[in-house]
Amino acid sequence: MAKIKQEIRALSGDEAVAYAVKQADVDVVAAYPITPQTIIVERFSEYVHNGEVDTEFVCVESEHSALSMSLTASATGARVFTASGSAGLALMHEILYVTSGCRAPVVMAITNRALSAPINIHCDHSDSMVERDAGWIQIYVENSQEAYDSILQAFRIAEHQDTLLPVMVMLDAFVLSHTLESVNVLPDNAVQRFVGMRNIPLIQGHQGKPVPFKLDPDNPITMGPLDLYDYYFEHKRQQEEAMEMAPRVISEVHDEYARLSGRNYGDGLIEPYRLDDADLAAVCLGSTAGTTKTVVDHLRKRGVKAGLLRLRTYRPYPTQEIRAALQNVKAVAVMDRSHSFGAHGGPVFHEIRHALYDATIQPHIVNYIYGLGGRDMPPTLIQEIYTSLQRIAKTDQVEKPVQFIGVRE
Amino acid sequence: MTPKQKTWKEVPIGGVCWRPSTDYPTGDWRTLKPIRNPEKCNRCLLCFIFCPDAAITWDSEAEDIGFAYDYCKGCGICAHECPKDAIEMISE
Repeated sequence: MAKIKQEIRALSGDEAVAYAVKQADVDVVAAYPITPQTIIVERFSEYVHNGEVDTEFVCVESEHSALSMSLTASATGARVFTASGSAGLALMHEILYVTSGCRAPVVMAITNRALSAPINIHCDHSDSMVERDAGWIQIYVENSQEAYDSILQAFRIAEHQDTLLPVMVMLDAFVLSHTLESVNVLPDNAVQRFVGMRNIPLIQGHQGKPVPFKLDPDNPITMGPLDLYDYYFEHKRQQEEAMEMAPRVISEVHDEYARLSGRNYGDGLIEPYRLDDADLAAVCLGSTAGTTKTVVDHLRKRGVKAGLLRLRTYRPYPTQEIRAALQNVKAVAVMDRSHSFGAHGGPVFHEIRHALYDATIQPHIVNYIYGLGGRDMPPTLIQEIYTSLQRIAKTDQVEKPVQFIGVRE
Repeated sequence: MTPKQKTWKEVPIGGVCWRPSTDYPTGDWRTLKPIRNPEKCNRCLLCFIFCPDAAITWDSEAEDIGFAYDYCKGCGICAHECPKDAIEMISE
């Protein structure tokens, strides 16, 4: 149990994010509003207006500029936050790679919203799934409490000397972004002790001596200029190394925060739910996990050995942990809230299959594409998934490995 | 002979330069070379100002300009901007 007295506040997911950023002693926020992320930016601009934070708040003309500003501010050694989603994240695409390539530890909140066309403002994971290869750490949260907790952890993870990678924290559009929840918040001083100051490591500069890894007129360095076939590959290999270090850092920061707050989310990478003795497992990300846990409880009361694996960290992908968690079940249903057209399944499905290829006994694996453009995923549909898993486990046969659920046929 | 190149464990992260850019002679990118006619040149130094590679040199003793051919990429901006048409770009 946490020793620190926490305050319960009624906050939407967006407000919880803004509140965490307010407490985290952030130097620069550069953002451009997009539904449903807007409230994050609005609330934070109120904090700035009211003098509650000492943050340089920059209103930019687009998301491309928002992330360019965030990257360059971060390169000077500042702690930086931004937020976006959907088309805004898509417009940041180019700079996402520049940010991770420059090893700028920017923290960004993403309200997961569908991509056009047709235009849609509601939840699916298409916007952030397509950015999974951009070299950012990706954390998907289940509720607003976790959004608050994860933003605070994200600064520590991003700025850790073994990672120095940007982090995006994903929360489901409207389901979380606009829905009030009871959120426990830590006192300001506890947050400040936890996040601390940003440490700037030393790096070898062009004059051959160690200098702080930041843009500083007194110790000038050049970051990310032309890098051809002679060294580009080495720099990409370094980014992979940082990603390989990241799971340990994520779990350590998660555990330290858990001791402080009394709240934990599995090991920070994956969160198994009633999976130890399960025969049937669903896998999902984000707020759908909350509904699925209720369905699992219901099925358990009826004697069905159902379980859930929630992926919290999607990049770095916790391959070993996933394999260990799923290798003893008989049938797995992977729920994808985005689709890779023509790829015979969603991205999470492909990667869960990849994780289980090296398992001693491979369970049956099926894929359900669900919830595109905010289509509701009620408990009845999730129950249908477990029913089909029961059939697969019993007959030992998969008829259709990839299905769409919740769409009118 | 190619000098031994560093491994990913040896180079600084984030694409930070560990050597000055002058260690990287870019003159061999050039296909056209600037040649000056000293009779026409009035040493106005517009070429010095416009050169994007700082490859126009200034000799303060002789009070005259020159070209750092190790770094000149042959872009021709100096020839284009010269008000006296004193610089000609010739094939290497």
